[in-house]
Amino acid sequence: MKYMLVICDDESDPQGPREITSRPDHVAWIDYMQSSGVELLGGERLRPSGDATSVRARDGEVLISDGPYVEAKEQIGGFALIECADLDQAIEVAARHPFAAHGVIEIRPVWAG
Amino acid sequence: MTGPVDAALTAAFHQEWGQIVATLIGFTGDWDLAEECAQDAFALALERWPRDGVPDRPGAWLTTTARNRAIDRLRRDAVGAAKLREMAATSRGAAPDTEDAEVSGVSDDRLRLIFTCCHPALALEARVALTLRTLAGLNTSEIARAFLVPEPTMAQRLVRAKRKIRNAGIPYRVPPAHLLEERTNGVLGVLYLLFNEGYAATSGADLVRQALTAEALRLARLLVRLLPHDGEVAGLLALMLLHDARRAARLDDAGDLVTLEEQDRTLWDTGEIAEGVELLKTALRRGRPGPYQLQAAIVACHATAADAADTDWEQVAELYERLVELLPSPVVRLNRAIAIAMTRGPAAGLELVDELQASGALTGYHLLPATRADLLRRLDCTDEAVAAYRQALDLATTDSERRFLSRRLAELGAR
Repeated sequence: MKYMLVICDDESDPQGPREITSRPDHVAWIDYMQSSGVELLGGERLRPSGDATSVRARDGEVLISDGPYVEAKEQIGGFALIECADLDQAIEVAARHPFAAHGVIEIRPVWAG
Repeated sequence: MTGPVDAALTAAFHQEWGQIVATLIGFTGDWDLAEECAQDAFALALERWPRDGVPDRPGAWLTTTARNRAIDRLRRDAVGAAKLREMAATSRGAAPDTEDAEVSGVSDDRLRLIFTCCHPALALEARVALTLRTLAGLNTSEIARAFLVPEPTMAQRLVRAKRKIRNAGIPYRVPPAHLLEERTNGVLGVLYLLFNEGYAATSGADLVRQALTAEALRLARLLVRLLPHDGEVAGLLALMLLHDARRAARLDDAGDLVTLEEQDRTLWDTGEIAEGVELLKTALRRGRPGPYQLQAAIVACHATAADAADTDWEQVAELYERLVELLPSPVVRLNRAIAIAMTRGPAAGLELVDELQASGALTGYHLLPATRADLLRRLDCTDEAVAAYRQALDLATTDSERRFLSRRLAELGAR
């Protein structure tokens, strides 16, 4: 099954993708996936929600606002698309992501077919 | 219908429903189809057994009937026919247990069903509802009544849970060894919740609600058979039996709660007590006493005492010391305080209760001021006791608790 791991935290981690991916905890996470047969199909670090723009189109009008679509303590800081056996395996992958220790990882099954 | 056939059908329903549904989910992967076919099999039994006699192996008859029904239904539509071919090709359902058995050392369709129903990715209320529907065979309206929610709400809850199992890829299996203990604890939590829902239901409550204790006991017995080496599973069954043994003595004729101290012990079910104690002894010999075994041991101290004065409070207090280490919840700490009041006197107990009150962890819980009141009464601090009983009275949630507290207030000469 394919799952999107939506990686969220309180945006207290200021590091960008290059620093984050070279950290030992992140390297260990990648290694775990490789050794347990989980395929990492893709993933990116996102800029903080302060750089977000939200767009709505209503009655022919485009409404643009500064910031994320929802104001919350925790914001999406990145995502990873994985292919693995089932939800239990996705949970194990999510639990080992470095951000799980201080933020929250939402697991969303990809809507297939 | 004749009596013996009726009895055979009822027995088969209790014994076989979960097994049939579990086998059919393993066979088809479709939860709704599995339930419908199990239902069809029982409907057919209702028609055939009075005429042809009860089969030698009712469970096998029902499973085969349900399975044939599933094949018929799947053949009827194109998608189903494709699924059947796929099932034949992969021989899914033929030998599905080998992998689970290798990983965990345990295998049974019902066990896979229990673990899937109690998966932590499902909401707790959904776990409870699914367990009752698929394993115990209660219908949606019965489950709704048992949990005091409208039937459409319960139906929706079951539909959503089954949809999530399918869409989120919750595996239909016994968890692998490294997850087994944690997931087993989750299952025990669901069963104990079921038991407590039934146990808390008073005599005036819906019979379906009261019957939850029987369902919880049946499921716990099943789990003990399926996981015979787990001390906590046996501990939970022992705990349930020891509580259930006192059921007849718990309420008086008016439906009011009778305290342990004042219960008529001749009403206790000695058979259930003996069974619970025996189970517990065997479990404790494994040397891994978890929270359920410790709680059962505490209840056993009460259940085996000839009268309230005969209770081994030293042992109870010691067990609470160990329990509070594993389960440092405020309610456990409150009960420990009560045990310590019995061994070291009400002042020592009151000190602990006051600490708990200061921590604010049990704010709004009527048993905190009720316990304080009781200890103050025993210390002859009548005014303070009266004040605490009044606090408890404000917070009590049931009429029978309120009547009990009012009675105590009256005994202190206050109204």
